[in-house]
Amino acid sequence: MIQIKNLHATVDGKKILNGINLEVNKGEVHAIMGPNGSGKSTLANVLAGHEGYEVTDGEVIFNGKDLLEMSPEDRAREGMFLAFQYPIEIPGISNSVFLKTAIDEIRKYKGEEEISAKDFLALIKEKAKILEMDNSLVSRSVNSGFSGGEKKRNEILQMLMLNPALALLDETDSGLDIDALKIVSKGVNVFRSENNGVIMVTHYQRLLDYIVPDFVHVLYKGQIIKSGDKNLALELEEKGYDWLKNGELETA
Amino acid sequence: MSDDMKVVEDLTQSEYKWGFITDIDADEAPKGLNEDIIRFISNKKNEPEWMTEWRLKAFKHWLTMKEPKWPNVKYPDVDFQDIKYYSAPKKKPELESLDQVDPELLKTFEKLGIPMDEQKKLTGVAMDVVFDSVSVATTFKETLNEKGIIFCSISDAIKNHPELVKKYIGSVVPYTDNYYAALNSAVFSDGSFVYIPKGVRCPMELSTYFRINASETGQFERTLLIADEESYVSYLEGCTAPMRDENQLHAAVVELISMDNAEIKYSTVQNWYPGDKEGKGGIYNFVTKRGVCHTNSKISWTQVETGSAVTWKYPGCILKGDNSVGEFYSVAVTNHHQQADTGTKMIHLGKNTKSTIISKGISAGKSQNSYRGLVKIGKNADNSRNFSQCDSMLMGDRCGAHTFPYLEIENQSAQVEHEATTSKVGEDQIFYLNQRGISTEDAINLIVNGFCKEVFNELPMEFAVEAQKLLAISLEGSVG
Repeated sequence: MIQIKNLHATVDGKKILNGINLEVNKGEVHAIMGPNGSGKSTLANVLAGHEGYEVTDGEVIFNGKDLLEMSPEDRAREGMFLAFQYPIEIPGISNSVFLKTAIDEIRKYKGEEEISAKDFLALIKEKAKILEMDNSLVSRSVNSGFSGGEKKRNEILQMLMLNPALALLDETDSGLDIDALKIVSKGVNVFRSENNGVIMVTHYQRLLDYIVPDFVHVLYKGQIIKSGDKNLALELEEKGYDWLKNGELETA
Repeated sequence: MSDDMKVVEDLTQSEYKWGFITDIDADEAPKGLNEDIIRFISNKKNEPEWMTEWRLKAFKHWLTMKEPKWPNVKYPDVDFQDIKYYSAPKKKPELESLDQVDPELLKTFEKLGIPMDEQKKLTGVAMDVVFDSVSVATTFKETLNEKGIIFCSISDAIKNHPELVKKYIGSVVPYTDNYYAALNSAVFSDGSFVYIPKGVRCPMELSTYFRINASETGQFERTLLIADEESYVSYLEGCTAPMRDENQLHAAVVELISMDNAEIKYSTVQNWYPGDKEGKGGIYNFVTKRGVCHTNSKISWTQVETGSAVTWKYPGCILKGDNSVGEFYSVAVTNHHQQADTGTKMIHLGKNTKSTIISKGISAGKSQNSYRGLVKIGKNADNSRNFSQCDSMLMGDRCGAHTFPYLEIENQSAQVEHEATTSKVGEDQIFYLNQRGISTEDAINLIVNGFCKEVFNELPMEFAVEAQKLLAISLEGSVG
């Protein structure tokens, strides 16, 4: 579904990604771990098309198309979704108006008709229930005055509503207490299917107890220095990152 | 130049969509202003002597006054002798149905999107259309007649209801008030007159569309609206003007009188020609709007201002009666080289009077947008309250937003609150919406509509939809 080849990117002239290679197929969940500043969030933002990042080399093929040539909105319409680490507040626009606009834009892109108000309401009710969100959150302004946990839940609600082909979760677990983490994880697990893929960026092994990944990758200094299955995460939890950093130095 | 700035450049170039000129013979006054011209206007309109005299007094006073230079706007001096002060369409048919309206005129209304047909009846809007200076079509008279409501042109009111006009004209905005009010009083061409009798709730929104048409014609509307005791009326005023290269002067006066226990809701959508992207042409809009509230009464001004090259406008309320309420809800949008200096005056005289000011200014392009507001609490206005909120939004880095609040408090028991914020349309907000499949243009529309929501909520439904469309047109793609 997505092939990332030798991806290099800079922010303000500073190299952050130094040749990422990663392939995610339908039905797979990949966890990206790594110490602070290793480039995890940068990878998510580069894939989503944030203009603050400049791609200097490499290519990304998404659904057979050149992703890097697409505008951020077209990437979204093609089925890429980024759950933001810090969701943005949009005062005065209700969650439901925002989501209906987004769904209709994506449908229009695919040549489909707009969703009817009735179907939309039924859908949002169903999805909000999974995330144990009450109706007031749905009618309130997008993320305005939401607590950190509510914002993260709202990201997952949007993911369930837009039903993307590829979900990028950027530290969705940060700032969540254990109950909220369980709810958010439930949302992601409901979403997981043979028709989509997930790349989740996280600092902590804790998230992986609830969302069990098929693959775990360790990112360090803008490169994937080790890949494995879920046991790699447990090993990291036990040993930290230093043993890998040393390994990198040896091979360097 | 970043991509976003490119989008600004491309999209803010879009042309004014209402720029077309209707080709109708006009019966005009020669250029210039003197007592003869005033007599000519008054004579053309078959006015009684008292009206002519009032105009002449206003003119004499105007001659002693100087054009105000304090607003935060810049424009070349207006040559008041280079303006035609009267212009009326030559054919002035006696209208019983729309079939009798000049087809050219109907086409104009069609382009403006004014649905002058039976649909209006269904939506419950009666319309008095001012085309240049003379009112040419009025509908729904009968329904209003049944209730004793008078809704006609000010010219007709001078003829048919002289006692009301004589009593109230100039009572809220005297001709001595300011330079443009004096000018308007001398030369006003036409406008609307509304009287709602005691205890009557007007069953429909009253609506007037103004339009400036003939080249180099100043238009000077005069609107007088009286809500008698315990009555209610909602009045909608919409304006568009065709594209012209010369700047056109527009100096209206609107007077509202809200008697005991009455309520007036006055809504304006103004999208007069703002000039082109180089700042050439456009309307100069110098308006005096004021209402007086008697005991337990209320006046609510709502305005959405997206047009005009220069706007100078402060709809205000004199809260004369005890327990009276004044409200001002405003969205002012400036783009390209537009300049707006607008706000309100809330004058608290009675006890327990309350006022609310919600102002939203949006600046884009190279425009300048100023809020200027006065809250005055008189010494007898015990326990009066005011809440003001002035929010500014900037798009791009070549525009300006300014806030000039004036507070004059002469009573210790008053409570006055002022809040002001300035924000920039954030790239992070736009990216967030982009990432959900929403284009940058639509993203800006959503963000701006969210910003203006408190004001749009105050508009009647039909106007709210129009206002949102106007905002979208005015700001197409203005990203910073």
